[in-house]
Amino acid sequence: MNKFNLLDNELIPKHEILGEDELKSVLKRYKIEREQFPKIKMNDPVVQQIGASVGDVVKITRKSQTAGQALYYRLVIE
Amino acid sequence: MALIESTIDSMLGNLDLPLNILQTLKEDVIKAGVNKKELEEIIEKVKESYEYAKVEPCEAVGVVSAQSIGEPGTQMTMRTFHYAGVAEINVTLGLPRLIEIVDARKEPSTPTMTIAVLEEYAQDRDKARKLAWEIEATHIDQLADVTTDALNMQLIIDLHEKTLMYRNITVDEIIEKLTDKLDIQVRLSENIDNQLIVKLKEPSYRDLLQMRKNIDTITLKGIEGIKRVVIRKDGNEYMLYTEGSQLKKVLEVEGVDISRTYTNNIGEIYDVFGIEAARNAIIKEATSTLGEQGLTVDIRHIMLVSDIMCCDGEVKQIGRHGISGEKASVFARAAFEVTVNHLLDAGMRGDVDELNGVTENIIVGQPIKLGTGDVHLIAK
Repeated sequence: MNKFNLLDNELIPKHEILGEDELKSVLKRYKIEREQFPKIKMNDPVVQQIGASVGDVVKITRKSQTAGQALYYRLVIE
Repeated sequence: MALIESTIDSMLGNLDLPLNILQTLKEDVIKAGVNKKELEEIIEKVKESYEYAKVEPCEAVGVVSAQSIGEPGTQMTMRTFHYAGVAEINVTLGLPRLIEIVDARKEPSTPTMTIAVLEEYAQDRDKARKLAWEIEATHIDQLADVTTDALNMQLIIDLHEKTLMYRNITVDEIIEKLTDKLDIQVRLSENIDNQLIVKLKEPSYRDLLQMRKNIDTITLKGIEGIKRVVIRKDGNEYMLYTEGSQLKKVLEVEGVDISRTYTNNIGEIYDVFGIEAARNAIIKEATSTLGEQGLTVDIRHIMLVSDIMCCDGEVKQIGRHGISGEKASVFARAAFEVTVNHLLDAGMRGDVDELNGVTENIIVGQPIKLGTGDVHLIAK
């Protein structure tokens, strides 16, 4: 049996849990509330891998074909 | 005097520009050898152009996307069956495939996988072949001739010795698999080599015929659902292409390169790799489907569609059971499909329409909140 780390796959961008300070500055920058972020489910394999819990905001560093690199945020929900 | 790299870095470092622009800018600045004042001027100009190139506030990007994908869609071949390169693996392409993608079907009509293998397998055809046998589902009819012996109430399986060796399966493995999956007795024939005798525990003619059918469905080796595996040299390494898709199980096979293995089944990618990977897969599939037909659609339109489909943490279809069906406004939903049901349900529940969107404002005859319609003049 092959033990594998999901996060190795090239389709999966880097996910990390956003710290409170950074979260505040992001919310301020986009002038939004936490609930307005796009969502990610708690049972998403990547969320489980990085150990985020409901209510956390996950920062996703996408490789973008237009911008080179793009930041995206998702709120962890049930 | 030209600037040194570290000064350029610090000047470009905290600009709010995309990475691509910053990189190109840095390369060109180093090549051209500009001084500090010139660089400041260049940065100003770049920022200005970037600001100018941005989508304006209140622009209807969704409608532009819909048109930009829809118009080339009309030129797509209605029904194409295409053999992807070599080795006759059939994949749905063209309009049917595009519809499949935006409908977020659980199973595509022709699931296929592209399996990359680790380096030691990628250079050696025999090793790659071996790996392919581990993945391809093997059934009894590929290994043997099965005959029904109604007189003695038994099935006779004549195994092909060469095929067994080639596929690396032993007779014992077959016996074990068969007894494990079916309620039968299997024994080796005493007189003839490589012959198996299958008997029912309780002899009955009907059950015997049923068993003849059942025995064909047992997967003796490999992964159930992978109908065929084709090996193909891609660049300087061997890759496996499959008919049928079982992402999770294939990833567990030793020798498979997890980082580069791909399936065209977006639902499976979502289950195994998560929502962000599913978003990337939608973009990749849609772009390649359009590209295959020689149509170029700006990737930003496809990215918008894919972002909308994935914004709630699961892959939702565009359509009645997805994006269009979950709009907040009753009128907008009624304008899309099954008009009467929506109006009736809303009436019974006493729903309120805030008239925030475009569709509902057109229905009631008000200016829409787009472009200049979304800006108000406040007199002080």
